[in-house]
Amino acid sequence: MTELAQLLEDYEPVIGLEVHVQLATRSKIFSSSATAFGAPPNSLTDPVVMGMPGALPVFNRTVLEHALKLGVATSSQIRAKSRFARKHYFYPDLPKGYQISQFDEPLCENGHLDLILNGAVKRVKLQRIHLEEDAGKNTHVGAVSHVDLNRAGIPLVEVVTAPEITSSEEAAEFMRSLHRLVRWLEISEADMEKGQLRCDANVSVRLRGEDRLGTRTELKNINSFKFVQNAIDHEIARQLRLIDSGGRVERETRLWDAVAGQSASMRSKEEVNDYRYFPDPDLPPLVVDGATMATVLRTLPELPVPRFERYQKLLGVSADDARTLVGDRALADYFDAAVKAHPGEGGRTIANWMLTELLGALNAANQDISQSAMPPERLAALVVLVETGVISGKIGKEIFEESYRTGEEPAAIVERRGVQQISDEAMLWSIVDRIVGANPRQAQEFQSGKDGLFGFFVGQVMKETQGRANPVITTDLLHKRLGR
Amino acid sequence: MSTSPEFWTVADTAKRVAAGEIGAVRLVDTMLSRITNVDRELGAFLATDGEGARRDAAEIDRKRTAGQFAGPLAGVTIALKDNLVTKGVATTAGSKILQGWIPPYDATVVEKLRSAGALIVGKTNLDEFGMGSSTERSAYKKTRNPWDTSRVPGGSSGGSAAAVAAGLAAGSLGTDTGGSIRQPAAFCGVVGIKPTYGRVSRYGVIAFASSLDQVGPIARTVQDAAILLQVISGHDPRDSTSLDLPIPAFAEAATGDVKGMKIGLPKEYFQPGSGSLDSEVRTALERTIKALHDKGATTVEVSLPHTSLALPAYYIVAPAEASSNLSRYDGIRYGKRAEASDLLDLYCKSRGAGFGPEVKRRIMLGTYALRSGYYDAYYKKAQQIRTLIKNDFDEAFTKVDVLLTPTTPTSAFRFNARATPLDMYLGDIFTLACNLAGLPGMSVPVGLTADGLPIGAQLIGKALDEVTMIRAGSAIEALGGLGDKRPSGIGGI
Repeated sequence: MTELAQLLEDYEPVIGLEVHVQLATRSKIFSSSATAFGAPPNSLTDPVVMGMPGALPVFNRTVLEHALKLGVATSSQIRAKSRFARKHYFYPDLPKGYQISQFDEPLCENGHLDLILNGAVKRVKLQRIHLEEDAGKNTHVGAVSHVDLNRAGIPLVEVVTAPEITSSEEAAEFMRSLHRLVRWLEISEADMEKGQLRCDANVSVRLRGEDRLGTRTELKNINSFKFVQNAIDHEIARQLRLIDSGGRVERETRLWDAVAGQSASMRSKEEVNDYRYFPDPDLPPLVVDGATMATVLRTLPELPVPRFERYQKLLGVSADDARTLVGDRALADYFDAAVKAHPGEGGRTIANWMLTELLGALNAANQDISQSAMPPERLAALVVLVETGVISGKIGKEIFEESYRTGEEPAAIVERRGVQQISDEAMLWSIVDRIVGANPRQAQEFQSGKDGLFGFFVGQVMKETQGRANPVITTDLLHKRLGR
Repeated sequence: MSTSPEFWTVADTAKRVAAGEIGAVRLVDTMLSRITNVDRELGAFLATDGEGARRDAAEIDRKRTAGQFAGPLAGVTIALKDNLVTKGVATTAGSKILQGWIPPYDATVVEKLRSAGALIVGKTNLDEFGMGSSTERSAYKKTRNPWDTSRVPGGSSGGSAAAVAAGLAAGSLGTDTGGSIRQPAAFCGVVGIKPTYGRVSRYGVIAFASSLDQVGPIARTVQDAAILLQVISGHDPRDSTSLDLPIPAFAEAATGDVKGMKIGLPKEYFQPGSGSLDSEVRTALERTIKALHDKGATTVEVSLPHTSLALPAYYIVAPAEASSNLSRYDGIRYGKRAEASDLLDLYCKSRGAGFGPEVKRRIMLGTYALRSGYYDAYYKKAQQIRTLIKNDFDEAFTKVDVLLTPTTPTSAFRFNARATPLDMYLGDIFTLACNLAGLPGMSVPVGLTADGLPIGAQLIGKALDEVTMIRAGSAIEALGGLGDKRPSGIGGI
């Protein structure tokens, strides 16, 4: 059997993702029934959600605003007049026997999502983003099956990528980027554990250089970033081994079993439903009016990838730090607020303090940035104290810790504790001179080449000044006094 | 005027109850006992709600005694086609698959009637899910034509038309997808109005074909029908296809004045290709046209060239939408559930046992038409034909104010007379186009055949112009087509 790595030199994986994102609205997409996670079964229903005879859908306009934000943020073409269509299949969690979705006239088309992959920006094309209603949930207890319709009618967008993702890493990064984007836009909580972000993957392989796509399989139920990567890797390997052993990939739907770490065939092509799509006669065309579009454009925040680039180009932040900062909108907003409060160009330094001291404190308390006890303006003020040499970096860390704990202003703590840095050369010279004079043996050994002893002298000065000695001046004076 | 309320008009009943001439409870008791006596033979009702009607009547009497206004329809008895959802009262749509379902909510039209003080006496028989033209396709019972019990009342709102014709309610509501109000109204000698699509809310109307369905009134006079239409019309935020437009004064439109009105006579309706227009119906229409002329109307021949495409287009659109709308009847959440071994078996057995043959036929037709790859050839093409048909009407209405046609090619036929589905479908050729174009239409009695069977004339109005249509309808009514004759087929009338 050929090694997998060898096969991957000859063959190229091609992956397309279909991602469902639940939109965070207070009521459902076609009824006033409330949305919530974890409510008692079937408590969030009404005649519309239950698909009762005579009940009719009415579109919740908030859903449109949410979806438009995503459409604009992905540079999609927005259809001024899109349509809802009925997608038919029978299943107990689908009360009407059809799902209201969009078919040949979706809201958004031809957009793209930019990923930050290995420090660079990689663009993934989106074929479409359309609106639809979620189905309910079946649960099976022994021989008895239950249907919970609380989830039925929760608004979804389905994001469909072009089949041009070429690795499982890229697929997982796509999911992370989409997750970040929808949270950034505040249109979804996108909690994968709650099923608010769900992914199906179409996977095929082809000989490198081949234009035509290979036969694809659809992987369902891959509902964590890790599973996305594992399931796709597993499927690529399965297909390559199949081809290597003379077999052929069959068009089928496979269900990922995260516990077993493998997939199993769910249904073959022959069993594929004919969904009998047609425009829903209960709903007029969905018209994007100017006022809604204006609101969306006005309230759209600066997006993660443009910020990632701005932080590097204009603020001198490293690519790694910039990537971390745009990992979460609240983090990036905190950073921007701190930079704004800083009188100079403190971007790079602020990023350092944020990502080490502040995130350190938050992580230790298992908190996120929204729970930060230190407002961005105060962090900026502390950074200024260090940058202007009022305190040393080392003291700065102590001041941070105390200020974070007590809420006291850094300048006030410095004043009260009298820990201003000593930068007065004459004063430092007298200390340096005294210490070198009091340790003749160490001075001699240093002068004869024992470099490690330099630290001893710095330490002595710091001890004498309780850490307040300006380290740059101190170093300079010690070299002068020791003669090397 | 009769001292017994069976044949009082809606307008008269409301006046008498408001004046305290008769208590609402007494009135409703009289009507309920008449239903008990007559409906055994007539079969118009699937269920009566005596308890609810008496409770509401008592409330009206209490309000009146206290000097409060109890609503414009206070004390008026109304029968509802059983595809209109009624809170706490079984609603079947004439199908076994909904047997035992007690809805938890009222349709918007039912809410409106109740708050106007109407007394809902019961639910009337229909062809299963409205699919039929004789009420013979009800899964429950046969409804007879009050004028001749060997004949059908028409359909699908046969129970609603028969109940009003037989004096079992002052008025009723039906639904009309391809003629289901107008055709039974014609067969039973009463007035039926299908409003402009979107005029009346469909919320709580058990869907047959969503883009064609519309609720409308059936009554014994044009004014009564107009009064009921007034109450049930209006925008409903729960129905996205309902129109947010002011409601004209329908009730005041029944003036009988047609002076200067231009009435169009579509030539295709008077010479159908099949030659099936009955000579007595034709004669009655010609007499009506002449009389309207004498009243100062001008009559103009117009052409609706795509008329012959209406039937085939209808039998794509309606079954396609029906096959989708009826997907929800799966035995899972409500209605009849069959004993089954697995999920597929549950669907097959529940739907197999729950739906009647005509419903199954249309589900199959519709499922076929919507198959992947066939949408363009069938549903989309049929929708394009709808546009052509609509354009025909628009063109005609540049020349005339209203159109006049026969409602049906023949008067009421005998049970089992329409042996094949196509025979049955062809009976609706005059009424279908109106639904495809979304226009208002009504049927008004214009006379009786030699055998004493009612004949109806159909008026088709411009979109949203029910007022002109009602005015023309009242002029036809004033010609006195039925004379003072009442149905004589049922014992006790």
